[in-house]
Amino acid sequence: MPLLDVTNLSIHFGGVKAVQDVSFSIDAGIVYAVIGPNGAGKTTLFNLITGVYKPTHGEIRLDGESIGGKSPDELARRGVARTFQNLQICMNMSAIENVMVGAHLRLDRNLVKAALRLPSITRRDAELRGEALELMRFVGLEKYAGARADSMPYGALKRLEIARALAMKPRVIFLDEPAAGLNPKETIEVDELVRKVADSGITVVLVEHDMKMVMNLSDRILVLDYGKKLAEGTGEEVRRNPDVIAAYLGAHA
Amino acid sequence: MQKRAYFGLYIVIAILALLPLVLPNSFYMDLAIRMAINAVIVLGLNLLIGFAGQISLGHAGFLGIGAYASAVLPTHFGWHPLLAMGAGAAATGLLAALVARPIFKLKGNYLAMATLGLGIILNIALRNEATWTGGPDGMPVPAFGLFGFELSSDKHWYWVVAILLSVSVWASLNLIDSPFGRALRALHGSEVASRVVGVDVVRYKVAIFVLSAVFASLMGSITAHYVGFVTPNLADFFHSIELVTMVVIGGMASVYGSLVGAVLLTALPQALATFEGWETVVFGAILMICMIFLPKGLVPTLAAKFGKGE
Repeated sequence: MPLLDVTNLSIHFGGVKAVQDVSFSIDAGIVYAVIGPNGAGKTTLFNLITGVYKPTHGEIRLDGESIGGKSPDELARRGVARTFQNLQICMNMSAIENVMVGAHLRLDRNLVKAALRLPSITRRDAELRGEALELMRFVGLEKYAGARADSMPYGALKRLEIARALAMKPRVIFLDEPAAGLNPKETIEVDELVRKVADSGITVVLVEHDMKMVMNLSDRILVLDYGKKLAEGTGEEVRRNPDVIAAYLGAHA
Repeated sequence: MQKRAYFGLYIVIAILALLPLVLPNSFYMDLAIRMAINAVIVLGLNLLIGFAGQISLGHAGFLGIGAYASAVLPTHFGWHPLLAMGAGAAATGLLAALVARPIFKLKGNYLAMATLGLGIILNIALRNEATWTGGPDGMPVPAFGLFGFELSSDKHWYWVVAILLSVSVWASLNLIDSPFGRALRALHGSEVASRVVGVDVVRYKVAIFVLSAVFASLMGSITAHYVGFVTPNLADFFHSIELVTMVVIGGMASVYGSLVGAVLLTALPQALATFEGWETVVFGAILMICMIFLPKGLVPTLAAKFGKGE
């Protein structure tokens, strides 16, 4: 059984059919890329699967269990993590706190215990701080351990989002354009980071425009165009698909 | 960083402990008590406004529930003041929880309008239920006694509110640096990011709204017993605005900013009394100057200037 199974997924915003009748499935442990021209519905697809939007039609199953229309926090409980194309970092917090927020569901969130600063809370928080530091090292941000998020450069914030997502100890992580806006050197570093994440056993679903990175990392690729599925397969299959070539080169097939 | 935050708590406690020794007369004692009462309310409100990023323009209404619970229940029904205070807080918590769910589906201006409306409704209720509340004239509040000991002198009240304030500062610092507090600050920083890491955003907004409302209600009860008289003005719109102004002037998302804001804005009208009728104008001008030159509030701006951070 695939980890994630999407069938006939659609969402309409008024008359705009942002995602139309898209079906695909993702096996556990692979790197799966979603590509397509701007406006093809890639981020919308992510928003649907991670619960930010509710689908108009169709079914999303995680481990055979229907998750379509469930709220983001319910999906987080089921091990679904994500990052954002336009950064969603809490600039009012320190870098390490941003990572610690990722572990929210694994902590005792009791208000009264927190207000009384019970030892059980502080002990667990100290452990978590260590864990978060470890994650920051993993994504290559150890030098920002004591930094405020609003003092960090863009490229570092992109990785900080990945660290926060990893703090959830997710089963599947959705990365929305992790290399967008990065220089070539940073792109290579993120490429390596995504590989490391995948090697740690987490299924990676990736939206990315950098084709080199996509071809290099992905086991399978889904191509979207105007909200519809254009092709799906291995990098080689997709690259040779005439529809894909037409969509990317703008030819009328 | 955290050690430094708690260091401030010791300073607060030291100031509160030494203050009675230097206050020259009962006028200043009274002022100090009212500053401390406001500080506790503003701490709670800052958790909601500064840390969680949600506005409330109706908090004086909650203050009013607490104050009138302490006035009405002992007077008309012979309840023990402590029980009345508890009942007021419970009723406030319940009401806040009840209205919070629909209210927090709203954002920005709509949220401000909804809380504003709530405060005004509460105020109108207090004004119109004259049989119970004495209407616009208000009503006297019985003295607060516990185990045969009556809180009568300013000195007693001073120590009560000083202890309450110290505990509130400590609890606020604790809360902010906890999983609960991080979730609150995160939903302020990025609501969608906090949702996808599993924060049930509405639940947290409701929780902090209820908590800050209960803070206000309890301090309303304390105010009622301390002053010995309540009027609906305690619960009116202008008082709500005053409380929000204390948060903003002192510094959003700053525990010590809440204290500074409460102290300054409680003292300022007294200091400006010499302007005879023009004090509101001077008051407004000072607020405007503060907002233009210190938009983040006093404490955060000064902390940044001296490179310390809180």
